[in-house]
Amino acid sequence: MSAQQARTHAIDMSSVLRGKEESQHPNETCIKVENLNLFYGEKQALYDINMEMPKKKVTAYIGPSGCGKSTLLRCINRMNDLVDSAKIDGKILLDGENIYDKSVNVAALRRRVGMVFQKPNPFPKSIFENVAYGLRIQGVNDKRVLEETVEKALTGAALWDEMKDRLNDNALGISGGQQQRLVIARAIAIEPEVLLLDEPASALDPISTLKIEELINELKKQYTIVIVTHNMQQAARVSDYTAFMYMGELIEIGTTSELFTNPVKKQTEDYITGRYG
Amino acid sequence: MIKLWFKSGVPWIWLNAAAVSTCLIMIVGVLGLVTVRGVVHFWPHQVIRLSYQEEGKPPRIIIGEKVDTSITPAAMAKSTGFKMADDEETLVQYLIKTGNRDLTGTDFLWIQARNVKEQSAPVDLMVIERREWGNFYGQLLEVKEDHKTIATGTQAWPILQTKIDEALAVFKEIAHLEKKEIGAINYALERLRLKQRKLELQNSLDDAAKQEIAAEKAGYEVDYKQYQAQLATLYQKIRRDSLVATTESGATLEVPMAKVVRAFQPNAMSLFDKMVHYGTKVVEFLADDPREANTEGGIFPAIFGTVMMVMMMSVIVTPFGVIAAVYLREYAKQGFTTRLIRIAVNNLAGVPSVVYGVFGLGFFVYILGGNIDQLFFPEAAPAPVYGTPGLLWASITLALLTLPVVIVSTEEGLARIPSSIREGSLALGATKLETLWLTVLPMASPAMMTGLILAVARAAGEVAPLMLVGVVKLAPTLPLDGNFPFLHLDRKFMHLGFHIYDVGFQSPNVEAARPLVYATALLLVLVVIGLNLAAIVIRNNLREKYRALEG
Repeated sequence: MSAQQARTHAIDMSSVLRGKEESQHPNETCIKVENLNLFYGEKQALYDINMEMPKKKVTAYIGPSGCGKSTLLRCINRMNDLVDSAKIDGKILLDGENIYDKSVNVAALRRRVGMVFQKPNPFPKSIFENVAYGLRIQGVNDKRVLEETVEKALTGAALWDEMKDRLNDNALGISGGQQQRLVIARAIAIEPEVLLLDEPASALDPISTLKIEELINELKKQYTIVIVTHNMQQAARVSDYTAFMYMGELIEIGTTSELFTNPVKKQTEDYITGRYG
Repeated sequence: MIKLWFKSGVPWIWLNAAAVSTCLIMIVGVLGLVTVRGVVHFWPHQVIRLSYQEEGKPPRIIIGEKVDTSITPAAMAKSTGFKMADDEETLVQYLIKTGNRDLTGTDFLWIQARNVKEQSAPVDLMVIERREWGNFYGQLLEVKEDHKTIATGTQAWPILQTKIDEALAVFKEIAHLEKKEIGAINYALERLRLKQRKLELQNSLDDAAKQEIAAEKAGYEVDYKQYQAQLATLYQKIRRDSLVATTESGATLEVPMAKVVRAFQPNAMSLFDKMVHYGTKVVEFLADDPREANTEGGIFPAIFGTVMMVMMMSVIVTPFGVIAAVYLREYAKQGFTTRLIRIAVNNLAGVPSVVYGVFGLGFFVYILGGNIDQLFFPEAAPAPVYGTPGLLWASITLALLTLPVVIVSTEEGLARIPSSIREGSLALGATKLETLWLTVLPMASPAMMTGLILAVARAAGEVAPLMLVGVVKLAPTLPLDGNFPFLHLDRKFMHLGFHIYDVGFQSPNVEAARPLVYATALLLVLVVIGLNLAAIVIRNNLREKYRALEG
């Protein structure tokens, strides 16, 4: 653990030193988690998590059920605030700014960090209104702006061709896979910096899953993506970095190819070779 | 064997089916009885003429409608004082509506079937509906204009009809002048008086103001004089004509045309005539004001009052209930206190409605209304404005009465909305308030409508609390009219439920009013069903629109 901490620290320092003009650098850190502990009431769910997620890369969290990967993901846009009993200490830095700082506006933070849930959750409104929802909240009511954004977002989610003639249909009437991509479109319509995907394909059939994975590959050109998945093949296919978690602890994080071919920890090896979990 | 049969579950199914059938039969029975009795009332019944002689009394003629028959066993009849022959097994009695209350003192007469010597239905028997003294039954003798006979015998009938139409037109004009025009002037004069009094109380009644008020007053008085003159000529016109008719006993009676609502000869009417008559009666019932202590004429003010009150109640109770439910479900910390509040709210629904009436009278009318009067209407004292029962207080009292159902169903609706929807909205950067307004509340709106439907169903049928907080037997004016400010929340109003009670149990002529009770009850049921259907249609539209995610 200490070696890894030293490594992440080194990366952090170097990115600070590089300064702003080199912000397009492929390995710049977008999200940094520092000594994060999370308690649900008396029970501790996350133990002293430290990790970094680079900008415009896909980071996958893998691990057995109940290991805390979704909880960690939900910390990044402060979704855990909704749980009364949740108590958090530690820091999460988004572009160097602690999102758990008292001065942070949670709604504004969530505009920067979009989230897609396990089960598609479109609003019972038209497809158009679903995608325009985030903009309307920000007070955008200009019809032209809305139309442009909706088209862009739906195109970005590879849904425009299927949906362009039925924008006014109820979003609940389309298939599950389409709904999930619609929800992604809804999230990218407000142009966040980070997209959190919480098992986005677990409720979908293989073909829809494939489409979502292709989409993730497209999206990472523009967004920093963090994905939670049960499916190790999926993690291997879509992610650049993979973190393995177990019992609320971060066991190992590294580039996906390295982690899957040459894991450092025994636990990781056991998990990815299917010996438990 | 029996044990096996019980085990098979068949008796259980039978029991369930029996319970459902009993409910159905009772509902159909209630609606059926009310419908049949209420609907038949307006149909022109045959008028019969009977030669009747009771033992030891001179023979007489009876004219009227047979409305009821009673059959009493001989033994029982004997014990109540009837003389029964040995071979008679039953005593058959008819209830005859004979009308002519001004002459005989009663509208109805019980006669014994065995004493009827002869029964016929001559076509020239006439029924006159009058504005006073109930129906008249008899034969038309002549029509008079200015005390001079202008038609007699068979020619008199068509002339009578044209004369009645003329008189009705004049009557309508008089009513319009008195209620609308002169009513408006009186209303304006009262407002002027209050204005003057207000200025006096503020010590700012200077000469200029006085003059202004006097000038306005004079203007109204000129108008008033003009209407008075118009009225005088109209009254002269309507009093000019009259009709003369003979009664069953052969006496003649002169009925001024001004007192006639309609005259018809039911025995001479064809089916089509009867249908037309029925139609006009139904329209009158729905659209006219009541006559003769509510036992005749229409019930329009009661329909209007009921619908108006229910709508006011809905407007008050929905936002209140929804806001309370949102707080309880979305913002309040769930715990002992919220549980206590929920229990209290649920129990409020079980408090007898008359208790709410007492509370409404004591708190809303006397305390709230009294203080409003002191603060805002000192010029009207000692006459109360809001410190007396009225539409506003009745609506608020019923809103309080129905608040629990709205709160409970809205809360249930809020609880049913999946948390994934809320999270989805929050994850897009919406605040809790935005999430509530943009997604949660619209999705819960069908549940709110369900609450409102239950509230309307309960409120429209309430009578007891209303008697204390604003309903009256006869309201001279509707709560909505052409005089500024158009909606008069301080006015008393009429209500179908109270109307049923009043007509059925408080009227001087219960027997005559009974069919009207059924008709009014039917109408009340229809009004409630109508209001509910409207709410259900809205709810189903909302449901379709916000069809929630499955699971």
